[in-house]
Amino acid sequence: MRYLPLSDADRGEMLRVIGASSVDELFRDVPEEVRLSGPVEGLPMHASEMAVERHMAARSRKNMVAGDVPFFLGCGAYKHHIPASVDHLIQRGEYLTSYTPYQPEIAQGTLQMLFEFQTQVARLYGCDVANASMYDGSTAMWEAIGMAARITRRKRSIVSSGVHPHYVSVATTMAKFTGDFLDTSLPELTAETDAERLIAAIDDSTSAVVVQYPDILGRVTDLTPIAEAAHAAGALLIAVVTEPVALGLIRSPGEMGADIVVGEGQSIGVGLQFGGPYVGLFATRDKYVRQMPGRLTGETVDAEGKRGFVLTLSTREQHIRREKATSNICTNSGLCALAFTIHMSLLGEKGLRQLASLNHARACDVAERLAAIPGVELVNDSFFNEFTIKLPVEARPAVHAMVEKGVLGGVSLGRLYPNAAALQNGLVIAVTETATDEDIAALEAALKEVVR
Amino acid sequence: MTANPAGWRPTAPANEEGEARTVTGNRALMLEEALLFEIGGLDQTGVDIVEAPQRPTRLGGLERNREIGLPGLSEPEAVRHYTRLSRQNYAIDLGLFPLGSCTMKHNPRLNEKVARMPGFADVHPLQPRETVQGALEVINELAFWLIDLTGMHGVAMSPKAGAHGELCGLLCIRAALEARGDKREVVLVPESAHGTNPATAAFAGYRVENIPANSAGRVDLDALKARLGPDVAAVMITNPNTCGLFEPDMKAISDAVHAAGGFVYCDGANFNAIVGKVRPGDLGIDAMHINLHKTFSTPHGGGGPGSGPVVLSEALAPFGPLPYTARTADGVVHLIEEEQADEFSQTHFDGKVQSFGRMVAFHGQMGMFTRALTYILSHGADGLKQVAEDAVLNANYILRSLEDVLDAPFAASGPCMHEAIFSDKGFAEGVSTLDLAKALIDEGYHPMTMYFPLVVHGAMLVEPTETESKATLDQFIAALRSIAERARAGDPTLKAAPIYAPRRRLDETLAARKPVLTYQEPSQAEAAE
Repeated sequence: MRYLPLSDADRGEMLRVIGASSVDELFRDVPEEVRLSGPVEGLPMHASEMAVERHMAARSRKNMVAGDVPFFLGCGAYKHHIPASVDHLIQRGEYLTSYTPYQPEIAQGTLQMLFEFQTQVARLYGCDVANASMYDGSTAMWEAIGMAARITRRKRSIVSSGVHPHYVSVATTMAKFTGDFLDTSLPELTAETDAERLIAAIDDSTSAVVVQYPDILGRVTDLTPIAEAAHAAGALLIAVVTEPVALGLIRSPGEMGADIVVGEGQSIGVGLQFGGPYVGLFATRDKYVRQMPGRLTGETVDAEGKRGFVLTLSTREQHIRREKATSNICTNSGLCALAFTIHMSLLGEKGLRQLASLNHARACDVAERLAAIPGVELVNDSFFNEFTIKLPVEARPAVHAMVEKGVLGGVSLGRLYPNAAALQNGLVIAVTETATDEDIAALEAALKEVVR
Repeated sequence: MTANPAGWRPTAPANEEGEARTVTGNRALMLEEALLFEIGGLDQTGVDIVEAPQRPTRLGGLERNREIGLPGLSEPEAVRHYTRLSRQNYAIDLGLFPLGSCTMKHNPRLNEKVARMPGFADVHPLQPRETVQGALEVINELAFWLIDLTGMHGVAMSPKAGAHGELCGLLCIRAALEARGDKREVVLVPESAHGTNPATAAFAGYRVENIPANSAGRVDLDALKARLGPDVAAVMITNPNTCGLFEPDMKAISDAVHAAGGFVYCDGANFNAIVGKVRPGDLGIDAMHINLHKTFSTPHGGGGPGSGPVVLSEALAPFGPLPYTARTADGVVHLIEEEQADEFSQTHFDGKVQSFGRMVAFHGQMGMFTRALTYILSHGADGLKQVAEDAVLNANYILRSLEDVLDAPFAASGPCMHEAIFSDKGFAEGVSTLDLAKALIDEGYHPMTMYFPLVVHGAMLVEPTETESKATLDQFIAALRSIAERARAGDPTLKAAPIYAPRRRLDETLAARKPVLTYQEPSQAEAAE
């Protein structure tokens, strides 16, 4: 019990000051019949640091580690190299063990960092303002749908079939309870997106059109026509970005008319971590800022006129507005936002552009090589670092067969859409700067064998 | 954009009253730090990335054609920038952080080491399941502990934070009610509840009604009973509550709610006060989220990430979100995802699994699970019981040591649990809780929670946690005693505090009235004036 500093002598002395005969007397409001007399049954007793470390290390070794094998998975989580200084800096106790910056005079480190983060995200997305981060991309998308409903006073969102199915699933779950209506559909294994269907479906009950960019199959398409059609009908365009590195090379959703841009920031500074914690990004236009969920950091001055930062516009938030708040969340992904900001500061405009170019070049190379395998067909006309191929066999067993060869070779659409027969041969391949020439050759060889 | 050649920007001239003027704005080790946007350059980078081969792009004609505006720093500049910023933060590693209801305790570094083991840190959420068995075991092992410690039947692991867990619990309740064809519209929330509780209930589509507290700081049982009826879906209660008190009538409350056909949601934010001492399942609670950072010491990180697994009673377990874990009659804990749900439902829940759906893209906060499990294994069943006892002991020690100089509104109604509440009663005219809090900053402490709970005027909610030594508490008590005496005497210098912090009092009104939420280049900012 190395984390507990009180000695038995301390405890005795403190009980004397309190005027209690035993610590159990302090629990006297807990009715006797439900109070436990001994430790909870079924659980082991305390263990040493060494013993716990060994126990956890044994669990860790049972997993196939992305960095150890040829690795090509994406679909909402991407493997990128993270500079060593990022993880080093976020482990500084002043960041790691600080609380929400409710006392701004002694939280300027976190607040200035969040102000930098907000600026980076807003610029990356081509928007005016961004918040201090959300739980993750999927919950950020749901919050954007709710925000669009508040702004337009309409309840029907048209969701592109190119949006990550888990994101759609989250939104569908929430919509059931809030009375929103989501118009959804499944993707097709073609180079074209569903832009025409989306535009045709917009009417005067539409709150928002939700598109992903690049989409779940990796396709990159111009959002401008959809934005124009949405705006003409008084609806908003919500764009979802699961791979922010792409924006180093392609136009931002904000530039193409998106009103709310949300997404996953994991690619920049945050490891794969089996799905979380990640960092949701959320940005919009100035005029909608008071409808935005989440925390905001703003610039101000102190009593001496020095520049400083505070959490602001909190009258939107749950601790003030209670049941009338813009959302119920009372936290952000502070530490993951810090990792994002540090990594982005290290990259800078120049590094981000180089990183994005390298990702794209590698992906182009792999796409060509895989499409040359007999029976394999490249679905995409356009893509960034992720594309979809159609196999002559079901992709799900093919992925497992590749595991046997030591290759983590993409995400099968069958994993994401278990009930969609037409998608079962689809395999989504993500190629980042971490894939070496040897990795690519291993993927090519493994795929050749499993589709034979 | 051009980099600031000087590399710094003094934020204001030094004041007139004899304070040392420095060229940099620094005061010895108290360092001023400019913004990234003032020191970085668009042509600067701190990474070496190999040149991409020249080849035609396949970007659908959407090549970026203008600058983004993201300045970069070399590695030494970045390390220095973020290190210097870090020094303007208070943190639990620096000292006592007595935020009531927020529970800031020591963060063991073993947890950090384990979370960074490659098998946890570097695995993808969509890897084939045979390649992530160790990660799934961690989720199951943590789920097993959470179920056992709370005396419940299932646990939804995926909620991303406490408030997200509240939403999860209410959606389970709503799904369970709808499954029996029961359309209820109201959620009752005691007025001492966290602001997230009413916000969550509204978000889940319910109408919120408040239940008053009685003079002893507890839920008014008679008022609650009188309001129960066929329209009430759930009662959201916090126990131990935000006045730092245990609700002794909890079982009676649960029985009354159940008899009226509703469910009991417990805000488990304060579970650290009772872990190992009483199981919420034995109190009749149907759903409770557990803030892993509070009870199980995952770092708060300046605002998150959080993690809010929700334990569920037998009645609610079949309705949890996917993926989730459940314990079957044979004692085995299972992790269930979409594709296995139907099968599991047939074999273990008599075909009754009616999961309300998915709450997050992947499995939840794996990085927090590894930290929480590491902490739990370190403490064990015996250590966790000691955690609750020491947390309660420390809080009562503070309560008794200060009640002669600070009004303690509920001190007469018995011991507090993990946090002690004081009020501003007895302060001189014009001196506020805020002034006292800001004076604590000058003593080197993070202030306690202020003005919460709302049921106490000028509330100060102090939570020391179990990881503070007696010596630390004694020093804090001495500091707070001295400031409290100044507050009673009306010491005008309190209004000026803090004096020694990196910033004096910040103008929050200005920030809200003229919001500046992103950095603007000076020329643009001036043009906007």
